[in-house]
Amino acid sequence: MREWLAANLPPGWGEPGAAEPEGEARVGLLKDWSKRLYDAGFIGMTWPKAYGGHEQPLTLQAILLEEFGRAEAPEHIGVIGLGMAGPTILAHGTEEQKRRYIPPLLTGEEVWCQGFSEPGSGSDLASLQTKAVPDGAGGFVVSGQKVWSSFAHIADFCILLARTDGSGSRHEGLTYFLLNMHTDGVEVRPIRQITGDAEFNEIFLSDVRIPSDMVVGRVGQGWSVAITTLMNERANIGFMLASRMEVAFRRLVDLARATPRRGPGQGSMADDPLIRDRLARLWADVHALRLTIYRSFSAFLKTGMPGPEGSIAKLFWSDLNQRLTKTALDVEGAFAVLGAGSEGAVLDGRWQTLQLRSRGNSIEGGTSEILRSIVAERVLGLPKSR
Amino acid sequence: MDFTFSDEQDALRESVRRAMSERYPFERVAAIADGDGFDRSEWSLVAAAGWTDISVPEADGGAGLGFVEEAIVAEELGRALYPGPFVPSVVTALPVLRAADAGCAEVARGERIATVAFVEPDALSASGGGATPAMNGAIAFVPNLDVADLAILAAPDAGVAWLVETTGPGVERTRLRPVDATRAVGALRLQDAAARALQVDAALLRHARDRALAALAAEACGVAAHALDLSVAYARERHQFGRPIGSFQAVSHELARSYMDIETARSLTYWAASLVQDRAPDGAAAAAAAKARAAEAAVLACERAIQAHGGIGFTWEHPLHRYYKRALGIAATIETADDLWARVADRAIGPPGGSERTGRPSPEAAVGSPA
Repeated sequence: MREWLAANLPPGWGEPGAAEPEGEARVGLLKDWSKRLYDAGFIGMTWPKAYGGHEQPLTLQAILLEEFGRAEAPEHIGVIGLGMAGPTILAHGTEEQKRRYIPPLLTGEEVWCQGFSEPGSGSDLASLQTKAVPDGAGGFVVSGQKVWSSFAHIADFCILLARTDGSGSRHEGLTYFLLNMHTDGVEVRPIRQITGDAEFNEIFLSDVRIPSDMVVGRVGQGWSVAITTLMNERANIGFMLASRMEVAFRRLVDLARATPRRGPGQGSMADDPLIRDRLARLWADVHALRLTIYRSFSAFLKTGMPGPEGSIAKLFWSDLNQRLTKTALDVEGAFAVLGAGSEGAVLDGRWQTLQLRSRGNSIEGGTSEILRSIVAERVLGLPKSR
Repeated sequence: MDFTFSDEQDALRESVRRAMSERYPFERVAAIADGDGFDRSEWSLVAAAGWTDISVPEADGGAGLGFVEEAIVAEELGRALYPGPFVPSVVTALPVLRAADAGCAEVARGERIATVAFVEPDALSASGGGATPAMNGAIAFVPNLDVADLAILAAPDAGVAWLVETTGPGVERTRLRPVDATRAVGALRLQDAAARALQVDAALLRHARDRALAALAAEACGVAAHALDLSVAYARERHQFGRPIGSFQAVSHELARSYMDIETARSLTYWAASLVQDRAPDGAAAAAAAKARAAEAAVLACERAIQAHGGIGFTWEHPLHRYYKRALGIAATIETADDLWARVADRAIGPPGGSERTGRPSPEAAVGSPA
């Protein structure tokens, strides 16, 4: 795996100062990369062979994800497909759905996005308002607005949660759809975020027709299907996050070594005792994250259930990444004010972007407040807050 | 690689926990702390349970287990605030005595108790030289000195250690009054006391210190976990405004923070324990990091526990203050967080002054040196 990555990474990828392609060129590069990853046998490790997977043990998948993170390799373009749509279709989809959607998802030929969150429904997902009305021919007509959808601007399909029945309780009456993003009435608008980039999109749905064979699970049972998606979202990212943090820490140490120490005296910021203290704590926490994920994963292999400590991995990671990136700004000192494109910006503002981006870490994929409530209620057994 | 505990390790943990709840329920620990302290006659219980020679090889009559098992015992003893000398005698002193072949059999059997003080080499003067010098000096903060038969005075980085019989001539022991009364601490004054220079090197003494740090980390995890358990139980049962206070997120999220702190510290602790057991290169940094993080987690968990309990948590009768004091005691024992993080930094970054500019872009490289 390491050899393959060393030989196959796109030239200049991840090097400071190397310009990464933007727009369509980037999509093309990532699609090509995804196909090569698939052809090399690294994608769909644990999935059934019948749909293009390899039926390998989960441990192998974990090692691959770790090496991916370590090499700072570009991600497979099917982040949503591999992490969320695919596992959900495999768990709840029909045979036809599996045969139709899984293989092109693995190769990266078809890109997926997620349509769960809405402007009025973030942490309280079950309150969502997007409506799906029967079209009289077995299908549905869908109208509403989805938000925070990564990859929607280049996606071919969307896993969509919509309300098919408003009469029962909030969790009832939701249905899980597969939406062809090229259908009439689907409009995607990018959201410019705090960093100036646009990773996420809004999706506007105006009388969009979805045929009956694109319902996953039963009509009205979408909530339990969606839980599968959300569980997979949190379960799959751990190993890559942990190894990425190791890389980020090494880059932070490089930055400290490359930055002259301020004030009297010689040396670099890596000699500054206050910075050393913070770096030491970050080093410990990077290991603590990795080992906590290992513990939970080992418990899963042994018992079929991830260990309870796994519930803190994302919570701990988001806080760690926020502290790590902010330490980088403090290492840079006055130069921390200069962003990408500025004369004098350190590493062309890389740490400035990473620090701003890190503020999203404690919001996306379950806010830290929601995750603390999950720990309190499901792990510690405290009474429900609502 | 399996990062869960084995069935045997789980059984060991369970047996220590059961023995502690039978022999050392909280009321008894409180009575010992407020009374005459730990009675050394009780050490035979620990020996009888097979915990004094836990990592001594079977060929030498021990249980033949590893340091990870010792850490499991230490965590459970911490959970019970056990007042006896497990960390100084079993975890720290015994490996040194075994390496130096100095009275280790009696200590391994629990017939004698040893303690270790980590000192700066200049705190002591050895006259007469040779293997049996006459020692002079004063050493504060010797754990469980009142029940110890043997005291090892070790300067790990200098690679020297001496052994003193605590009842010998020229040895004066003073019992101090620690804030954490569940763990006795003494001061040792030596006036031409007979000492024996131990044939050990710096690596072995650092290993002993790493064992002590990792065991204290494990103890801190136990202290923290019990403080959290008490908090959760109280937050479920205590009602205000017609609801259990644990249903208020202002309370429950603080306890979730404790859980996160404890489990990440526990991950570091058992990682450190397994590296120390293997004498792996990163063991020293891992043990230092684990001790710093676990002590911090324990202090915070106890502070949050006191807050969650409200007024009752502030009283002498409630167990929490004793857990809090043990946590504070662990934080201050052997090395404090600042020293520990400095050692971790040497591993994570390299020693200060040793860093070379890598030639990567820097502020000055980009725009010239700022005025």
